[in-house]
Amino acid sequence: MTTTAITQTADAHSNPSEVPGMAPECPECCAEVTFDQNPMLHEILPCADCGAELEVVAIDPVAVELAPEVEEDWGE
Amino acid sequence: MRIGMLVDRIRAEEKLLIRELERRSHVNVELIYHQDLIFRPEDAERWRRLDAVFDRSVSHSRALTALGFFESLGVATVNSSAVTRLCGDKVATSLALSRAGVPQPRYRVAAHGESALAAMSELGFPVVLKPAVGSWGRLLARVGDRDAAEAILEHKATLGGPQHGIFYIQEHVEKPGRDLRAFVVGGRTLCAIERSSEHWITNTARGGRASVRPVDEDLGVLCRAAARAVGGGMVAVDVFESERGLLVNEVNSTMEFRNSIEPTGVDIPARMIDYVIATAQGAIETREASELLPSPPPLFVSPSPVSPSPVSPSPVSPSRAPSVSVSSAQDVEMPTAPTAPTAPTAPTVEVEVPVPC
Repeated sequence: MTTTAITQTADAHSNPSEVPGMAPECPECCAEVTFDQNPMLHEILPCADCGAELEVVAIDPVAVELAPEVEEDWGE
Repeated sequence: MRIGMLVDRIRAEEKLLIRELERRSHVNVELIYHQDLIFRPEDAERWRRLDAVFDRSVSHSRALTALGFFESLGVATVNSSAVTRLCGDKVATSLALSRAGVPQPRYRVAAHGESALAAMSELGFPVVLKPAVGSWGRLLARVGDRDAAEAILEHKATLGGPQHGIFYIQEHVEKPGRDLRAFVVGGRTLCAIERSSEHWITNTARGGRASVRPVDEDLGVLCRAAARAVGGGMVAVDVFESERGLLVNEVNSTMEFRNSIEPTGVDIPARMIDYVIATAQGAIETREASELLPSPPPLFVSPSPVSPSPVSPSPVSPSRAPSVSVSSAQDVEMPTAPTAPTAPTAPTVEVEVPVPC
């Protein structure tokens, strides 16, 4: 099967943790952000060092930002 | 088979679901990000190529908007906007449960501070004040007495906004340090967990610990009834154990399950994807059956030469060929009856899935 997105292809990118110099920095503590698998656009993950909640905002190259605060209508 | 997955954030649950979809060789999944989505009526044929849209939105209002759009095009949705609307609003959920006679904590709804205060007194302190829309135990208040109630109501009035002007008030149920969560998919209660915490809020999102809870007949029947009350689909039912027996606290339509797979031993994402695929398959079969019928004359002919007629059947694309198969067909009984309380445009299906516990 294929996994496609409107603007991004989720499985078309390598894991930046495996490419020297490609891992993004945590905007909170400047630690290198590591990924278990290839990152996906808008993936939410914690910084392994400081625990800040991060969001992947670009994948070519991979960039992360602090994840937005929970909005009023968010939930399950 | 083409399945659109509607997302705004990719959490552990979405990754597990995408991974499960990737295991199904006959499924192409398209991630539909709210951040990029623009609804254009001119794109109708492009979206109609999807056999189902699987909603995993975190934002309730964005989900409702998008699901309404897809359903208007006749695309099957899981969960439907009707189910999502009922589950996303605690007032609507309670009304649906009341209508179906499903046991729940006593509740009151008020639309004014004075009447809210009267309603709290009527229920008897302590009470729990909840926002009608919201989740993860946010903005819940256990109100111990009238003084606390007046202070909270004043804060809400200061916050402003229509959301804070509707008061959903629930009796405080003394819990044995835990509540229950059951996962209902396609009319079956798959499994359940106990969520334990020293805090009166036991959500795992707030630190509650999850352990398996065997699904006995009482719990299974109650949770199926709760799911049916909100229109079926796949939902997580939160249950209190009380002196009056089991009570349904909430029903969640975009359920989180990352902490429930290990203790229950149930592959929840796999069962969810079974249901999504069965829904898509049902939509394909419904569409193919309708395409064998003669087309009715159009009720309205658009004056625009580029706009397709709103009642014209969409052409059969190769991806909708009858040879499409469901790998889990041996596990899934295809449904026949619609489950939503209101008739959505998109086909809604009730499927039977294996019950591992």
